[in-house]
Amino acid sequence: MNLKKSASVNNDAAAYRRNQLKSKSFLLILFAMLIVAILLSLRAGSYKTPTLELIKGIFGHAADSKINLVVRSNRLPRICTAIVAGAGLGITGCVLQAILRNPLASSSTLGVSQGASFGAAFAIIVLQMGSASGLGTMAIPLCAFIGSVSVALVILGLSRFRQVSPEGIILAGVAISFMFTGGTTLMQYFADEIQLNTLVFWTFGSLGNTDWGDVGRMAAMVLFASLYFMLKRWDFNALLSGEETAISLGIHVRRLTLINMVLCCLTSSMIVSYIGLINFIGLVAPHVVRLVVGNNHVYLLPGSAIAGALLLLLGDLLARVAISPAILPIGAITSILGGPLFLYLLFKGGKHSADG
Amino acid sequence: MLTVENLSFRYKSGPPVLNEVSFSVADGRFLAILGNNGVGKSTLLKCFNRILTPSGGRISMDGVDLSRLSGRELAQRIAFVAQSVPNTQMTVHDIVMLGRKPYMKWSFTEKDHKIIHESMDRLGISHLRGRFLNCLSGGERQKVMLARALAQQPQYLLLDEPTSSLDPRNQHEMLKLVREIAITHGIGVVIVIHDLNLAVRYCDRFLFLHNTHVFSHGDISTVTPDTIRQVYRMEVDIIQHRGQTLIVPQ
Repeated sequence: MNLKKSASVNNDAAAYRRNQLKSKSFLLILFAMLIVAILLSLRAGSYKTPTLELIKGIFGHAADSKINLVVRSNRLPRICTAIVAGAGLGITGCVLQAILRNPLASSSTLGVSQGASFGAAFAIIVLQMGSASGLGTMAIPLCAFIGSVSVALVILGLSRFRQVSPEGIILAGVAISFMFTGGTTLMQYFADEIQLNTLVFWTFGSLGNTDWGDVGRMAAMVLFASLYFMLKRWDFNALLSGEETAISLGIHVRRLTLINMVLCCLTSSMIVSYIGLINFIGLVAPHVVRLVVGNNHVYLLPGSAIAGALLLLLGDLLARVAISPAILPIGAITSILGGPLFLYLLFKGGKHSADG
Repeated sequence: MLTVENLSFRYKSGPPVLNEVSFSVADGRFLAILGNNGVGKSTLLKCFNRILTPSGGRISMDGVDLSRLSGRELAQRIAFVAQSVPNTQMTVHDIVMLGRKPYMKWSFTEKDHKIIHESMDRLGISHLRGRFLNCLSGGERQKVMLARALAQQPQYLLLDEPTSSLDPRNQHEMLKLVREIAITHGIGVVIVIHDLNLAVRYCDRFLFLHNTHVFSHGDISTVTPDTIRQVYRMEVDIIQHRGQTLIVPQ
């Protein structure tokens, strides 16, 4: 009898360890896929070079100095932008889904992206900064940032002062999105052809317009936010057990929601202001990871970051090679690929939502 | 000893839900809060661990005013099992681990792991530890939530209608377990419950709420046909059957 019991306990322990191993292995597989995607992305382009030379080029040691130049000033900043922005969008999507307890939460569904678009349109059309080379390159991301932060402030205000429920916040985000889209359309109506062109190209989203300084600033923000999110990983787990349970575990739920909303909105605002409108990464990446590791944020948070980086890098790769040498708009590619993927997750893995 | 003195509560500008409520529960006792729907039973329970903030009065534990404690300190003393059981895709092990959250610094320690294993063993759910919560039955999930609460190593345990979604066998099993825990661990238990027969079978202290006040409070002798008539507006007989007290509606 005792032998039977001890065997059963061992099996239970093994089942839990298997579960842990599965989660860790999945993160490792995602990471390995990211490395492969980086190498493929490094190779993709009109300047054909062996992979080894390209890797040497990262450190400036390639035999051909042109390779060093292409890799270090063109391909690598683009890859790093995709990794940092994708990771940032993925992890903020995951946190938003946890604190709002809604599987549809992400920076694009909350209206943050539409706010950025409005800001960019304001800079290009009203301030006429589209053609100003030096000032314009700074003004557009800055106005986009202000636009998205103002949306974030409205959402935070609703959450903090009007005590709107998490479901209400998502609906408010949809209403705000429509409002800002309407405002952008109105500005477009009065814009000239050049301004329209500039705005349309901005809304396409691009990973090729960032320099190392931009990547560094984005990386610092994403890293800081991610570290904070990881510190709060068990608080997010507690929230999924219900708000009352979380409070009874000593968690200040309102403070947790507010601080994390601010961090998510700032991070995604910054990313969107640099690279334009990239939808679906923040929405889809956490769902892909959740399908395998479940809702434990110890694995879900890093997984969402890696999956976000991988999805954006693969989207960019496709955008670059589909009709090379032309580069397709990354925003459109992520939406075209992300939409069906989200539908698949919705119907195939319906029970794996943020709250259930 | 958990002591409630002149506790009052109202939702924003609404009428008072609780008015000058006072009572106490000793360690190791099993108190049932009884009364009609909407009388404020769950509200009273949620005032204990600051899910709701009372508009007046004081709650103290062994002389320490609970409002002076931080959220973590309070969670180390009082555990709560909510009425609705989550349906999340987390393993039983990870859910029970949440009980150690009030003690956690950067990560969980070996001691935390030992305690959650003991809690799972105590509730007989060790064999489920690798399973996702959303794959378990209602009774199993309720036990997981109870194990999580035990892992908090509380002095008091609050249960908000824990049996409302369970079948009769699981209702009895759950309350039997809670009573054993109260006796063996010396944990005071406060439960909000609708079923009077379950209450008289497993609890040893009874508090009837009526019209925002405490109608009566005490041991089994408090549960009389007259009290039930006045609180529930229902005529009952109280009979003894095989040594058990039964409340039978007329």
